[in-house]
Amino acid sequence: MSSEVSKENNASLEQVNLIDKQDSRFGDMWYSFKKNKIAVVGLVIAIFLIFVAIFGKFFTPFDPNLTEQDILNPRPPSQEHWFGTDEQGRDIFSRIINGASVSIFVGVASVGFSLLLGMVLGAIAGYYGGKIDTIIMRFIDIILAIPSILLAMCLILTLGAGVGKIIMAIGFISIPQYARIIRGSILSEKENDYVEAARIVGCSDFSIIFKTILPNIVSGIIVRAALGISSAVLEVAALGYLGLGIKPPQAEWGTMLSESRKFVIQAPHTLLFPGLAITLTVLAFNLLGDGLRDVLDPKS
Amino acid sequence: MINYIFKRLILLIPVVLGVATIVFLIMRVFLTDPSQSVLGKYATPEQRIEWRRDQGLEEPLHIQYFVFLKDLVSGNFGKSYKTNLPISKEVFLRFPATAELAISAIILASLVGVTIGVISAVKKNSIFDNIGSVFSLMGVSIPVFWLGILLVMAFCNGFIPTGDRIDMLLKPTGGTGFYLLDALILGRFNLFLDAFRHLILPSCTLAMHSTAVIARMTRSSVLETLDQDYIRTARAKGLPERKVIIFHALRNALIPVITVIGLQFGSLLAGAVLTETIFSWPGIGKYTVESVQSSDFPAVQGVVLVVAIIFILVNLFVDVIYALLDPKIKFGKRSE
Repeated sequence: MSSEVSKENNASLEQVNLIDKQDSRFGDMWYSFKKNKIAVVGLVIAIFLIFVAIFGKFFTPFDPNLTEQDILNPRPPSQEHWFGTDEQGRDIFSRIINGASVSIFVGVASVGFSLLLGMVLGAIAGYYGGKIDTIIMRFIDIILAIPSILLAMCLILTLGAGVGKIIMAIGFISIPQYARIIRGSILSEKENDYVEAARIVGCSDFSIIFKTILPNIVSGIIVRAALGISSAVLEVAALGYLGLGIKPPQAEWGTMLSESRKFVIQAPHTLLFPGLAITLTVLAFNLLGDGLRDVLDPKS
Repeated sequence: MINYIFKRLILLIPVVLGVATIVFLIMRVFLTDPSQSVLGKYATPEQRIEWRRDQGLEEPLHIQYFVFLKDLVSGNFGKSYKTNLPISKEVFLRFPATAELAISAIILASLVGVTIGVISAVKKNSIFDNIGSVFSLMGVSIPVFWLGILLVMAFCNGFIPTGDRIDMLLKPTGGTGFYLLDALILGRFNLFLDAFRHLILPSCTLAMHSTAVIARMTRSSVLETLDQDYIRTARAKGLPERKVIIFHALRNALIPVITVIGLQFGSLLAGAVLTETIFSWPGIGKYTVESVQSSDFPAVQGVVLVVAIIFILVNLFVDVIYALLDPKIKFGKRSE
């Protein structure tokens, strides 16, 4: 529905396009993105969450790791502790704010990791073709044949569980997606005349791939990356829930859920809020990704 | 047809070999010394070397690799450190539980997902469509484990069981291990009912994500089909709308949906890891998590291999079904 609207907009903005191509292309996209209310909501929540992730530590009402000795059971939400406390008396609200930095940092960093490797593999496979393409794509097929959560569990089991290693494990399992999408785009782009022109002028392969072709396929990659952050956040939380996440005492949403699992009847608030935080984050990046797809990549 | 399946099976060999190699690399190269986590901190270096020699870990890597492949070909997936039972047996014992869960989840997800998708497409932009979109958006965003926890919270009054597969007193011995099937074979109605009640929450939890994906796919596929000329023709010749949708649109719209359902079935096997942990469902997923938590390396290695092989076979099965349904696909030609 929004694509029809955006077509009209494109037509009406054509004159503006002529004046300043580069600038209005962005303005055009923003114009049609703004039309998609739900996507804007996603963007706002995502920006808010990133803000919380970066600056949240200055606003936590309590030290997220401050424990109280004299209590045995989680306390329900109160005026002092908005989301209640966990069994060690730690303030859940502060821990959720603190956990945002881990979840979002790991989410973004792992997407960066898989994007970088996926881009290199996909670009080489798509641009050079032939044997090297076959080898890379067979490798990708093999990675895809192993269920991703199992692969991540294996990697963390053997690598150990630091933040860097979790980023690597989660990044590794999504390399195939990026490699495939970039290979496909490069395959279809490289037949174009402008690529041929760049080659005749004498540009190196590296510059043709990254400076000539890449700017033309970047929209598909952005959409995939936004959706990738949401699945990476889910995976971090899932690993945390299975006890393979970030090491305590660092607050992490999935780990918070697994630590409070035994209070499912006694103190549901210990499970409600961390789960809500995960759902909200995943939802925001999903909305953002869907909205961006409508604007940037209407074909798919 | 048989030729096609045979060719595809041959093509699987390099993939399985590749999976085995990657698993070997992760488990033997990244992991330097499992003896520490198996024997504990207080084992002497001599005891460690002794243990490593017993496990064949003192050999050079390429020898280990050949032994590993040789064992694999003869169906030997290694022995669990914890129980000393062959991994293949451990997995085989738990396979029916996971399969029963995954099959019921995929049936549920397909029925609900296709229904939501079709209604959303036919009544585009109506209130049903909006509810459907919100549902599918929540379905892909809510973490499986949190949904499971919420359901446990909601049903903690004992009305629907929130853990295990069956009441211990009713547990059938022998049989197929598929309790619903066993109950039907034995004709025990109470057993069937009990197994079914235990299945409700886990399968709903596991089905949620797939339901959302299937609903989205169905909606867009039906919308695309409704735009086709032959639908206009069908309407123009005066067919009632219901017939147009069921006999003309759905038949064609569902072909891509079937692929998605197949892909989802594969991912359900992995999603079972989380669902089984929440509902203490005694299947492969829970076993994997337990093995990871107790650093039972051969068990993890074996389970990953077996699950990957099952995953590959399920995908092959889906491709075959797809080829049967879609007349445009020719056997023998590998579609990329």
